[in-house]
Amino acid sequence: MNELSPLAASATIGCSDAPVLRERGQREVFCGLTGIVWLHRRIQDAFFLVVGSRTCAHLLQSAAGVMIFAEPRFATAIIDERDLAGLADANDELDRVVSKLIERRPEIKLLFLVGSCPSEVIKLDLSRAALRLTRRFAGEQRADLKVLSYSGSGIETTFTEGEDACLASLLPYLPATNDTAPSLLVVGTVAEIVEDQFRRIFSALGIDNVAFLPPRRAAEMPAVGPNTQFLLAQPFLANTVSALEQRGASRIAAPFPLGVEGARAWFEAAAKNFGIAKARCAEILEPLASRARDSLARHRVTLAGRRIFFFPDSQLEIPIARFLARELGMTLQEVGTPFLHREIMGEELALLPAGTFLSEGQDVERQLDRCRETAPDMVVCGMGLANPLEAEGYTTKWSIELVFTPVQGFDQAADLAELFARPLRRRALLKV
Amino acid sequence: MQLSLWTYEGPPHIGAMRIATAMQGVHYVLHAPQGDTYADLLFTMIERRDVRPPVTYTTFQARDLGGDTATLFKTSVADAYERFKPEAMLVGASCTAELIQDDPGGLALALNLPIPVVPLELPAYQRKENYGASETFYRLVRACVKTDQPAVKASKPSCNILGPTALGFRHRDDIVEIKRLLEKLGVTVNVVAPADARPSDLARIPQAHFNIVLYPEVALTTAAWLERQFGQKYVNITPIGVNATRDFISAVAALAGIDAANFLRAETSRLVWYSRSIDSTYLTAKPVFIFGDASHAIALARVAAEELGYQVVGLGTYSREFAREVRAAAKIYNLEALITDDYLDVEAAIKAANPALVLGTQMERHIAKRLGIPCAVISAPIHVQDFPARYSPFMGFEGANVLFDTLTHPMMMGLEEHLLGMFREDFEFHGDAAASHLGAAQTPAPATVIAETFTLAWDAEAERELRKIPFFVRGKAKRNTEAYATQQGVALIKLETLYDAKAYYSQ
Repeated sequence: MNELSPLAASATIGCSDAPVLRERGQREVFCGLTGIVWLHRRIQDAFFLVVGSRTCAHLLQSAAGVMIFAEPRFATAIIDERDLAGLADANDELDRVVSKLIERRPEIKLLFLVGSCPSEVIKLDLSRAALRLTRRFAGEQRADLKVLSYSGSGIETTFTEGEDACLASLLPYLPATNDTAPSLLVVGTVAEIVEDQFRRIFSALGIDNVAFLPPRRAAEMPAVGPNTQFLLAQPFLANTVSALEQRGASRIAAPFPLGVEGARAWFEAAAKNFGIAKARCAEILEPLASRARDSLARHRVTLAGRRIFFFPDSQLEIPIARFLARELGMTLQEVGTPFLHREIMGEELALLPAGTFLSEGQDVERQLDRCRETAPDMVVCGMGLANPLEAEGYTTKWSIELVFTPVQGFDQAADLAELFARPLRRRALLKV
Repeated sequence: MQLSLWTYEGPPHIGAMRIATAMQGVHYVLHAPQGDTYADLLFTMIERRDVRPPVTYTTFQARDLGGDTATLFKTSVADAYERFKPEAMLVGASCTAELIQDDPGGLALALNLPIPVVPLELPAYQRKENYGASETFYRLVRACVKTDQPAVKASKPSCNILGPTALGFRHRDDIVEIKRLLEKLGVTVNVVAPADARPSDLARIPQAHFNIVLYPEVALTTAAWLERQFGQKYVNITPIGVNATRDFISAVAALAGIDAANFLRAETSRLVWYSRSIDSTYLTAKPVFIFGDASHAIALARVAAEELGYQVVGLGTYSREFAREVRAAAKIYNLEALITDDYLDVEAAIKAANPALVLGTQMERHIAKRLGIPCAVISAPIHVQDFPARYSPFMGFEGANVLFDTLTHPMMMGLEEHLLGMFREDFEFHGDAAASHLGAAQTPAPATVIAETFTLAWDAEAERELRKIPFFVRGKAKRNTEAYATQQGVALIKLETLYDAKAYYSQ
């Protein structure tokens, strides 16, 4: 564990060069398989087959809660003893399971073989299996069925990084384009309502050539080329960024579209890159920003001056902390994130209040000690910690909800604030 | 590899966690990759526990695999001991750690901690959650009980209650109910374990005169060992339902040397009268399909058949360890037991049996919902709604009250059923609608279920007539008619065939 070097906070804004506490130890986080829970709903004709153990099946079932019975578009090929005995056999087994699955769900157009800890440790080569199966299906008049692979294992990925791995695996299969007209690609899963809002705003700004990754259907994969510029809607996409850049696309640096300020800066960055006049930009965005700012006022009453502590979970912590501090007046005790990508997070770090205590990684027991020492008004944490902390008298906001709720963009800024205000209001409300 | 959309049990280390979390003063160090901490949510969210499970996970990552995962494990054990100071420690591996073979047991023992350290060998690619719980409880009891000195028995008849765990279906209230019964009967409860017991309590187990195996899936192995080791006899009757509770009381009384005749005359459940009251007449011979863990499936079949007058048309379990017992129970109802952990098999069996009620797990709830069949949950796996705030045991006489309500509530109520038989074209209360006392429940789609499963040709008139039959008996009518037509060599089913079949099957 590294010691924090004391920071002389000269400015009141900016953590670009701030020290970060890097901790290693027990981590209370989800693995990347959890990404399947929302990805299978986002891409409607995709199916996710985890190659793993009963633990993986159990995790998905627990995380997907009551959704599993709706014949979900994911399943687990559970490795058993016989598979562990020899690799060749495991590949035959996988082919058998996939055939059975495709028979059951003929409407599938995109099948992801998702690696897990057990499959990675025994070095089962799922990328070769995906190629083999794609070729086989092509021979069986199922050329419309693509098989891809990525790893959602806990040893390699944390929670939302599962989406990063999934999107990065799509990159080699995205059609190429040499269009000279610039196109905009928005990367990262957002709620459908948010996607529709974003399209409308881009269109009003005069940017009509917009695509989203991941798309809603396998057939709608966006094309990528040297004139593709992309904006990240989500912060956890480091590998997808590299893969897009390798295809010649370029990233538009921007903070994330969380809160009014974030959303505005995000659209402005795109507008600037597409040569849209500042005045035009302001004309479109100011009414939206103004309406959104007004809707934050009510929550500011509840949240201003409250001290908040973030346990690491999804990499959304820094942008959300920035929003809560700057737009709602909250005080940041500690902002923990599972992984901090300095370049992608650059614009966000520049906006964070100076002197913010940042931590990357986790030693959960030590972090709990720190949390209790600072006695924050609100703790943002996973569901393994939330109820135990509530029982100790802390108000918590369970963090997974931030991934499962439409929170991006102007019209969701108040909803995002409400997620944090609600537990505090509830605590004040209950008289038992 | 096994294609699994739903697993009835978690991996065995979840069973071990259920023991550690149920107890006090026990800590479990689990060698596991990052992400396996999802299991904490089972306890903090589904069971709504207000403390973290006493589990330290090593949460190794890929970068650790190149290094020394064994040292990582040893450090985790040492740190967990320092921080939590448990009275006993469990050490083991999850499925991924099993592959890297770090020998958690050996590593932990090398630390020479001043407490019992119990290594768990739980083969994650062969066995499942309940085995993990059973094996962990057994190892822990063996580690805490001293076998080299005779146990001092209490003067009054006393017993241990073995089996209740964390995340157990209704375990919390079953214990209260059974303790109350034993107290009234004059039997002292020496130790309840694993729930709320400490390692020091486990050491006192031999002081009781006999054991009660409340949940054989968890405690039978341990009770059998205690009998071999200390001559402690055990009662292995699941006291679910009025009759099973009576049998249980008689068996306990016999081991305690108590005459229970007066007690049995005085104690009863409302189920007895409720089931005999005339508004329960319509429940007679309602076909019911039962699936769950072995002890709950067997017990509920008896309740359904003997105490509510239902007809058991399907009985099965996912507990392979108790397949023999379930097969024997199924024979009572002239059935072939369904032993499977594949929910698609269960779904197919439910479809084929066409029950009016399904008693099962969380998964059967979903199957039943899809097929439009009333359903009640009677066994783990369960979700958050089956860890209710109110007192709701399944065991004992109060448990039987809960059972009566649970097993009758989802059914269409009697008068409504009569009216549906008479007037089938009401815009609101029609044959395909769900029971109105369940509010605006979604309308099941029996029409589509029927459409996709016609095996013979029906003419339009016969099909229309079939649709006039209320949905909860329509499937049976369809099957009977087709079976009769096949037997008689009828190629096209007409109106007459339908009524011929009806007459034939009511002989």
